[in-house]
Amino acid sequence: MGCGNTKPNQLQLKKSERGNLSVPAMRSALLIQRWYRQYVARLEMRRRCTWNIFQSIEYAGEQDQIKLYNFFAYLMDHFTPASSERNLISHIFRDNDLLRDIEWERYFNYKNIEIPDDYCGPHLTFPLTTCIVTELVEAFRNKQQLHSRYVLQLLGETWKLLRLLPNINHVSTCHSKEITICGDLHGHLEDLLLIFYKNGLPSMETSYVFNGDYVDRGKNSIEILLILFAFLLLYPNDVYLNRGNHEDHMVNLRYGFTKEVLGKYRLHGKKILKLLQKIFSWLPLATVIDQKVLIVHGGISDTTDLSIIAKMDRHRYVSSLKPPKHRRFLAKSKVCDDDSDVEDAGAVGSVERRRVFSLTHSSPSASLHRSMQQRRSLQSSSGVEEELQEQRRQAGLSVEHQSVCSETELTQAVEADAEEWKQLVDLLWSDPMTLDGCVPNEVRGGGCYWGPDVTEDVLNRHHLHLLIRSHECKQEGYEFCHSRRVLTIFSASNYYEEGSNRGAYIRLGPDLIPHVIQYQATRTTRDLTLRQSVGRTERSALRALREQFFAHKSDLMSVFQQYDPDNTGLISLKDWAVAMETVLHLALPWRVLRSQLVNSTQDGMLDYHSWFRELDITEPNKELAHTNVLETLYKHHSNLETIFRIIDTDNSGLISFEEFRQTWKLLSSHLKMEISDEAIVDLAHSIDFNHDGSIDINEFMEAFRLVDSTHHDMGNSMIKAPS
Amino acid sequence: MADDKDNAEAILSEVHKKISDAFDLFDHEFNKTVDVREIGTIIRSLGCFPSEVELHDVITEAEDEEPMGYIRFERFLPVMTRVLMERKFRPITEDLLLQAFEVLDQQNKGYLEAEELTKYMTLEGEPFTQEEMEEMLSAALDPEKNVIAYKDFVSMMVIDDAQ
Repeated sequence: MGCGNTKPNQLQLKKSERGNLSVPAMRSALLIQRWYRQYVARLEMRRRCTWNIFQSIEYAGEQDQIKLYNFFAYLMDHFTPASSERNLISHIFRDNDLLRDIEWERYFNYKNIEIPDDYCGPHLTFPLTTCIVTELVEAFRNKQQLHSRYVLQLLGETWKLLRLLPNINHVSTCHSKEITICGDLHGHLEDLLLIFYKNGLPSMETSYVFNGDYVDRGKNSIEILLILFAFLLLYPNDVYLNRGNHEDHMVNLRYGFTKEVLGKYRLHGKKILKLLQKIFSWLPLATVIDQKVLIVHGGISDTTDLSIIAKMDRHRYVSSLKPPKHRRFLAKSKVCDDDSDVEDAGAVGSVERRRVFSLTHSSPSASLHRSMQQRRSLQSSSGVEEELQEQRRQAGLSVEHQSVCSETELTQAVEADAEEWKQLVDLLWSDPMTLDGCVPNEVRGGGCYWGPDVTEDVLNRHHLHLLIRSHECKQEGYEFCHSRRVLTIFSASNYYEEGSNRGAYIRLGPDLIPHVIQYQATRTTRDLTLRQSVGRTERSALRALREQFFAHKSDLMSVFQQYDPDNTGLISLKDWAVAMETVLHLALPWRVLRSQLVNSTQDGMLDYHSWFRELDITEPNKELAHTNVLETLYKHHSNLETIFRIIDTDNSGLISFEEFRQTWKLLSSHLKMEISDEAIVDLAHSIDFNHDGSIDINEFMEAFRLVDSTHHDMGNSMIKAPS
Repeated sequence: MADDKDNAEAILSEVHKKISDAFDLFDHEFNKTVDVREIGTIIRSLGCFPSEVELHDVITEAEDEEPMGYIRFERFLPVMTRVLMERKFRPITEDLLLQAFEVLDQQNKGYLEAEELTKYMTLEGEPFTQEEMEEMLSAALDPEKNVIAYKDFVSMMVIDDAQ
């Protein structure tokens, strides 16, 4: 079949009818169309490749983060109390609830902070008015910065309000006719301003739901938060905020928000971050519109139960990466009381039912193990995980109180915690998939992948019609799936790179039919043709990739040499592709990318030594002779910086030699590699440029930034911590 | 003879890997399935120039008996292998493309008016959608004179492709 055979006859018959159009003309039109569609497909392929590069580097980073966190947890549980390493990292595990709220309020007091006379940024007075908030937005548009006194004041008020809000916001369209829903913003202030420009500022006539991920990556995370919180305070019945997986101080350490705040607020940054930790934990988890539309940041799983979510103490989950603390016994008896609040059951009955349930259940520790295993689905470190869970189980059972408690009650409480934690992580981390079922989300390391059958089931169970979520960057800013019952909305345009994607927001009226509005933040990118925008994004992605090659140079070299036993210096392109897959663990189509990454071959063979040279990356400091160390630093740049920031407890930006050495040892045991103390000390001394016995973190990081000599680009890179 | 057999196997294996790589690029959930709407892109990216009808036929062959909106790799692989080995849907050369434009340029002006091209592309053959037409114009059209200098256009596109 194929139109080539039948058409000419048809065409000949119709020739006279069609007047001007002859057979050759018809054929020509068809040929041009056929050719053009092929061309567009090729472009789409390149765009897809580029996307994959960015996304896999991003997700590998998220996995890394979780691995790093697990490693710290393991250290915490296994080091003896006297160990100095333990002290070094212990404060990330320090209980937030050591002080009561009143004491925290004293700590966060802004009243002693003075505003200097030469301050020309925006001023705030409370209670806020429309005028003040509008001026705040304008000030940020003009790149001004809000003084830390006002920041703490505003955040303090926000904290007070959030503590009053339920876990699930309930919104009605009869109150204000249409509701606007925005997805991830990730510090892209220009996108938020664009939305306000197109759609109007939040007000009693213009309701907004913001669906999480306000911070990290972009440069104006704190400004976005301040604006959203200001509008929340101003219009608490018309502005709704959901928590995203990036509203989490552990994630912020890696992805740039912590750095942004400390950079902008040198004196009070730490306090601001601490207060934000609390605020993040108090953000509501979901919003429901007219009992019919559910809005959450990540998604759902087959076990999602809104009634569990509605009842939990959401603020106990300061970081969704961190499993719940074991409940103190006092709190646990409170659990029993809460159970009695179950709708139909009598008080005693429901508690007893629970007890029976846990007895007949297969061993409590196993089910706990299972449910936690799902949330930490990184198989390679299973040994550590099992240990970890054993530790936690023991911790759960080692009660500090004198009163006798039954083992079942305590493991019940721990189980309930685990269940709640799973519910929370699923809401914030999950992604939809096309196949039926529900499987752990191993790409991200948290949450799950859920299929259309799960959507049906969960929505029907809760009498809902539509699920709106964010969490994934989409080229058009939005995407429907699962027979249009799930809608992804993403509001940070040009997320990976200029021209990579549009942003979008939704307007929802009483008919609950979503209307999507798209935009792109810079005019120049809108005017680029398809091939220009693909080209630009592609160059950026390829640059990021080349940096990965450099970071893994020795591993790659040794695999190349395995394929070249006779030491000819050449390997086949086929072997090159296999080597890339094996070493880099990035799920990328290496054969497709080959033409972009390999410049010259002879007879299908690649000279790999010269290929490395051609990568055009200059090593920044040739005096640092320890190549292994260098490479490790490049590879684990983010991890290293994260660890540094944790260790720099007073946020001075300086760490001592001893701290540096300990940092290094931590990292090398995480990576299970041997680096001699001597090499570390050497390195430390060579970095201490001013010889004062301490290392400036920023200078250290600078010393190891990769410079791509072809582009003289000191800017964007997925590997470097985003500014 | 043995050599030839080895060669043939090696070639087949390379073809399979090519197809697999292209497929994986659109396999968003790493479960060896792609959305049926992306099959056209995959096939074309492997160097084929099918018409829409020909594409439809390949899809029908690769679909399950009960089409579910996605294509599974195990069904796609044999179909696509055959397409590549039999060299179906051969490429369109630069010369042929140029000739096609020249045919449409009935008055031999050396260029086409925007309206002319639009009429051909959206009404004849396997018509373009509005989006496709706009995208082609944005790349091909000289905005000042409102014409498409097709010779330059073709040269430019061919260079792009080579990159």
